[in-house]
Amino acid sequence: MTVAIDRATGKRRGDRAPKPGLGRRLRHGYQKHWYAYAMIAPVVIVLGVLVLYPLAYGFYLTLTDANSLNSARTIGVNEIEATYKFIGFDNYADILWGDTAYDRFWSHFIWTIVWTALCVTLHYTIGLGLALLLNQKLRGRTLYRLILILPWAVPTFVTVFGWRFMLADGGIINSFLETLHLPTPLWLEDTFWQRFSAIMVNTWCGVPFMMLSLLGGLQSVDASLYEAAEMDGASAWQRFRHVTLPGLRSVSSTVVLLGVIWTFNQFAIIFLLFGNTAPDAQILVTWAYYLGFGQQPRDFAQSAAYGILLLAILIVFTSFYRRWLNRNDQQLAI
Amino acid sequence: MSTTTVETTAPVTKEDSMAPSPGKVTKRGESTPAARLVSHAILIVASLIALFPVAWLVFLSLGPDKDDYLHPGGIWSKMTFDNYVFVLQETKFFDWLQTTMIVTLGTTLIGVVISATTGYAVSRMRFPGYRRFMWVLLVTQMFPVAVLMVPMYQILSELQLIDSYLGLILVYCTTTVPYCAWLMKGYFDTIPFEIDEAGRVDGLTPFGTFARLILPLAKPGLAVAAFYSFLTAFGEVAFAATFMLSDTKYTFAVGLQTFVSEHDAQRNLMAATAVLIAIPVSAFFYFVQKNLVTGLTAGGTKG
Repeated sequence: MTVAIDRATGKRRGDRAPKPGLGRRLRHGYQKHWYAYAMIAPVVIVLGVLVLYPLAYGFYLTLTDANSLNSARTIGVNEIEATYKFIGFDNYADILWGDTAYDRFWSHFIWTIVWTALCVTLHYTIGLGLALLLNQKLRGRTLYRLILILPWAVPTFVTVFGWRFMLADGGIINSFLETLHLPTPLWLEDTFWQRFSAIMVNTWCGVPFMMLSLLGGLQSVDASLYEAAEMDGASAWQRFRHVTLPGLRSVSSTVVLLGVIWTFNQFAIIFLLFGNTAPDAQILVTWAYYLGFGQQPRDFAQSAAYGILLLAILIVFTSFYRRWLNRNDQQLAI
Repeated sequence: MSTTTVETTAPVTKEDSMAPSPGKVTKRGESTPAARLVSHAILIVASLIALFPVAWLVFLSLGPDKDDYLHPGGIWSKMTFDNYVFVLQETKFFDWLQTTMIVTLGTTLIGVVISATTGYAVSRMRFPGYRRFMWVLLVTQMFPVAVLMVPMYQILSELQLIDSYLGLILVYCTTTVPYCAWLMKGYFDTIPFEIDEAGRVDGLTPFGTFARLILPLAKPGLAVAAFYSFLTAFGEVAFAATFMLSDTKYTFAVGLQTFVSEHDAQRNLMAATAVLIAIPVSAFFYFVQKNLVTGLTAGGTKG
């Protein structure tokens, strides 16, 4: 990004003549960059119309008391005008420190943080362990790899139903536990076990991506580094700690960030595993969906306010993450 | 499970280092038989865990009765393909197939075209607003569904696009395009820009350079973007569940839920449908997985 060369024209920018006037500068910029703007125009239009405008509109909604009863809607041939009104930041105040704020927001918030941290840690450690195993010269490792990525290959909405059959009361997992005379928890009804099974299913679904990415990273580590380390008498642990992990750093920082974003926003697994039956196991994303679309009347304003809060949390996290990486002198790819 | 896999990897490599002991010489990169055995054991257990839920679903889909999942032992004696026949003949399976195909292919096509031009522009040209634009692309990737769901619903209903294919395609494009643009940028960065210069010297316009020289070279990258869009659009649940109202316009992800959300749960039919959906998609996935992973991590290694 610091390269000030227009790579299409090969011209150097940077050491320019003194600044011309604004009008000239605009015209000059237009002449020089019009094709760049023309090429990003489609994406700007799509993002502008379908992301930024909805975002602005959604933010406006959070400042109102819109719900499905007072929004504009059509019933038969009657068009009903929107009657919601502007209430300022009351929605945010209500969510963050209203009467039952702990039950409605903070409990979900804490659970979301725990969920993200646990899932990403599990994804990463299991993925790394399997990647290290697959990176050896083993007979049949192609077959292992093909089987191990199966959870990623089959669409999530299909596998989650498989898990639902298995976890159901009287399903295979509980029958199995019963034959071993172990306790048979109510996986899909009891709050703790709901959370447990959500993490389990998400871990199952998310490991293959980490495994394959890290395997790619492992294979790109220069083999001569291991050789040199061995010559210097480094133990296996030292080689892992000082050659493998640094070699994986750039892949790791990217996949961990992606993993955090994806897990934080993971909608499908919890939604499909429990539907609307498990209020305590809902993370913030599914909870916001429930408020906006899963109940009657639909509370559009609060749902959108949750969305804005979620986005704010993610942006803050990403900025800190990038800053932390930059301080450690690393480039983040995305 | 996590702790066991991680801890056991250390001894595996540790024995590797002790290998060059007198008497027995092990080549570098090869491990002792004991270490290999442990590796195989862990990998087999992990493979079984990865395989079992899917295999179980296939097995259940062969049982004719909707409560067969409670006593799976009985399925062996009355295994049948009746569920599949029923799903294909009596349900809206083919309507769902049609919707899914229109939506996913539409998303793929539009998404790839848009993200290719964008990726090229951000890869080759430094224009005012470049950094801000990249930041927007990055932030868009982390939008929770909940942020845009409500406003999009309202906007789409004003535009009469609720319950229409085009509406869903456009919505999906917003989620796939930013990522694909990053991906394509990473790929275009690997194509030497001397090629562009050569094209410019020979008198091609910037668009000509892009269309005639760079695009043909970028086919693998385009393919990865296409696979990614396809798989994302195929597996998406939240938007499809909210924006598609009539049951002939459900995508598979939504249609599959109708088997349980109705008053009685026809789990055998659901399992059969799930298997029917999963087979072609998984086959496709295996076909492209190598490219997909390279493409996804290419962004990570090159920047």
